Amino acid sequence: MADIDIRKVEKFYGKNQVVHGVDLNIQDGEFIVILGPSGCGKSTLLRMIAGLEEISNGEISIENTVVNQLEPRERGCAMVFQNYALYPHMTVAQNIGYALKVGGMRKAERMQKVEATAKSLGLDQLLDRKPAQLSGGQRQRVAMGRAIVREPKVFLFDEPLSNLDAKLRVQMRLEIRRLHRTLKATSVFVTHDQVEAMSLADRLVVMNAGRIEQVGTPEEVYHAPASIYVGGFIGSPAMNFLPCGVSDCGTFAVIDNTSFRLPVDPEIGRTIAGQSVIVGLRPEDLKIAPEANDPNLLTVAFDFSEEQGSGRLMHGRLAGRDFVLHSAGRHHPAPGAPCSLAIGAESVHLFDPTTEKRITVAGAKTGQTGTLPAAFQKTSDVTVSGAIQ
Amino acid sequence: MQKRAYFKANWLAYLFIAPQLLIIFVFFYWPASQAMYWAFTLEQPFGGGNQWVGLDNFRAVFSDETYWASIWRSIVFAALSTGLAMSMALVLALFADRQLRGYRFFRVGMIWPYAIAAPAAALAFRFLFNPQSGVFAYLNTLSPGLWNPALSGVDAMTAIIITQAWKQVSYSFIFFLAGLQSIPRSLIEAGSMDGARVMRRMLDLQLPLLAPTIFFLLVINMTDSFTDSFGIVDILTEGGPARATELMVYKIYVDGFQGLDYSGAAAQSLVLMALVILMTFFQFRFIERRVHYT
Ligand SMILES: Nc1ncnc2c1ncn2[C@@H]1O[C@H](COP(=O)(O)OP(=O)(O)O)[C@@H](O)[C@H]1O
Ligand SMILES: [Mg+2]
Repeated sequence: MADIDIRKVEKFYGKNQVVHGVDLNIQDGEFIVILGPSGCGKSTLLRMIAGLEEISNGEISIENTVVNQLEPRERGCAMVFQNYALYPHMTVAQNIGYALKVGGMRKAERMQKVEATAKSLGLDQLLDRKPAQLSGGQRQRVAMGRAIVREPKVFLFDEPLSNLDAKLRVQMRLEIRRLHRTLKATSVFVTHDQVEAMSLADRLVVMNAGRIEQVGTPEEVYHAPASIYVGGFIGSPAMNFLPCGVSDCGTFAVIDNTSFRLPVDPEIGRTIAGQSVIVGLRPEDLKIAPEANDPNLLTVAFDFSEEQGSGRLMHGRLAGRDFVLHSAGRHHPAPGAPCSLAIGAESVHLFDPTTEKRITVAGAKTGQTGTLPAAFQKTSDVTVSGAIQ
Repeated sequence: MQKRAYFKANWLAYLFIAPQLLIIFVFFYWPASQAMYWAFTLEQPFGGGNQWVGLDNFRAVFSDETYWASIWRSIVFAALSTGLAMSMALVLALFADRQLRGYRFFRVGMIWPYAIAAPAAALAFRFLFNPQSGVFAYLNTLSPGLWNPALSGVDAMTAIIITQAWKQVSYSFIFFLAGLQSIPRSLIEAGSMDGARVMRRMLDLQLPLLAPTIFFLLVINMTDSFTDSFGIVDILTEGGPARATELMVYKIYVDGFQGLDYSGAAAQSLVLMALVILMTFFQFRFIERRVHYT
């Protein structure tokens, strides 16, 4: 049972704190992806699990053993580095077999294992080559082989795909996922690429400036971002944010000549009435309503667009901010014409402007996975009317 | 494309390199040509011009038993002082690279000896090696007469080897440290993830990756101990006792400027030069092939 327990872990470089009290429990066999922008402390956290970096405060245990004082070799983790860190003077076979050699395995057995591993990665023709004679993708495979051959309890990956070209990256991503299904070893994968993170993760850990913002399945993180930060970080193009004042349910507040109604869960509607909130709307959740200038709906004029093939990104301005809509299909609104937007209750994300956290109420339905957002109907009984501040 | 400034008038270019060329000419080509001249000629007994004698000077040199002894001695000296200097430098560099406590101080301190001229270093070691009052005199408290470089040839040889090695350590140290620091940290980390401990990582990863540096330093140190050990020998032992430390360079000086046999000394210089060239050639031919460059 190689579960990993991270308790109140902090990391200081001198006086500079880069990891702030991280708590995380990783189940045996789980594929965890740590996602965050460059410099947020992902690698540092991973390296503390590996034993390459001292843990300043807190505790990490693997299989119920506190590993703070253990050497990397005593922790049973294998790591794939971003630059692969292959031994340049050794052949592919020697690279893959080095850990086994150090572990004292006899040569015949070792070669057998190395060959089996190389075969499973399609490297069996390259065993006698040096790393310098390999392509980027092949090097990446050797780095994987070096980790796999040891049959470790835990796999650690530090942005292993970021040096590959886009096509190879997608291919290796699938292979890693497939590999995890057969090996079933606990894996921690660090990346700054949200697509990679979403497609690999059993559970996603979103980090920001040394803190965990949210832990959850990719669906949870996408459909119910726990904070403005997560909402803005996950999803491309980024979520639109509108600071709004909320009037009482069922009535309009007209400020700045822009007022509109949004459907929300009744419980939440009651708690936010009369307050300020930040409304998050994903560009891909917005639909253009049949009626162009509905006074009850959010109305935007889109003045330019980017063709994406699968649809079009429509850019406009709303209350002095950029506002983006992803218009699927082939029929798009004409540039400059005002469009009213139909928004389903599931697509409305509400955040507290002071804490920047998601506003939730026990049992509320906002942002849950479900059917595609139904277009807002004026007859809907629960709405929140708001006005952009 | 970057635009380069270049000079239409070639004389300006020549003017710029003239000082360097002059130095090379005066201190290298001129003495070398003089050595050539003297090596194949002999001054007449009462002066009045040199006579062409072909290879006579070389025959004389090679039929001299003391010369063969000095060649053998030089080889021993070069091998031992190079080995000692490089192994000490490597150990020190490995420690400095591990960033143990105080490594910043040692990293700088280790480089200082390189700034000291050979005669000055030799003078300091003359005090250290003094059998009555030097640090090495403690050896004599263990057993009287154990250490006396003025009487024992082996002791004297030991003394010049240690001094030469000490002088060479810092140079090798700088290169080893630079070499170690150019090995990507993640390689060493990969090694420790693979289960290798400090010593194992040094042997399996750091040393093989240092091979180009080791080879370079081998060539430099060997050459240096053949050609640049004059100051140390002259101040520490003057070639004694009983020629026990008379290296090839020192014998050139003794025969040429004390024995006033210019032709013999010139012939010896050419032999020394040929030996160093030959040695370097063999090093490149047989050792470099086993060096892995990344
Ligand atoms: N050895 C170090 N010494 C000092 N600061 C460091 C060191 N390593 C990383 N940092 C700092 O810690 C922060 C987190 O780094 P890192 O974990 O590598 O970020 P990420 O992997 O998320 O891009 C960065 O601000 C970085 O500058
Ligand atoms: Mg990183």
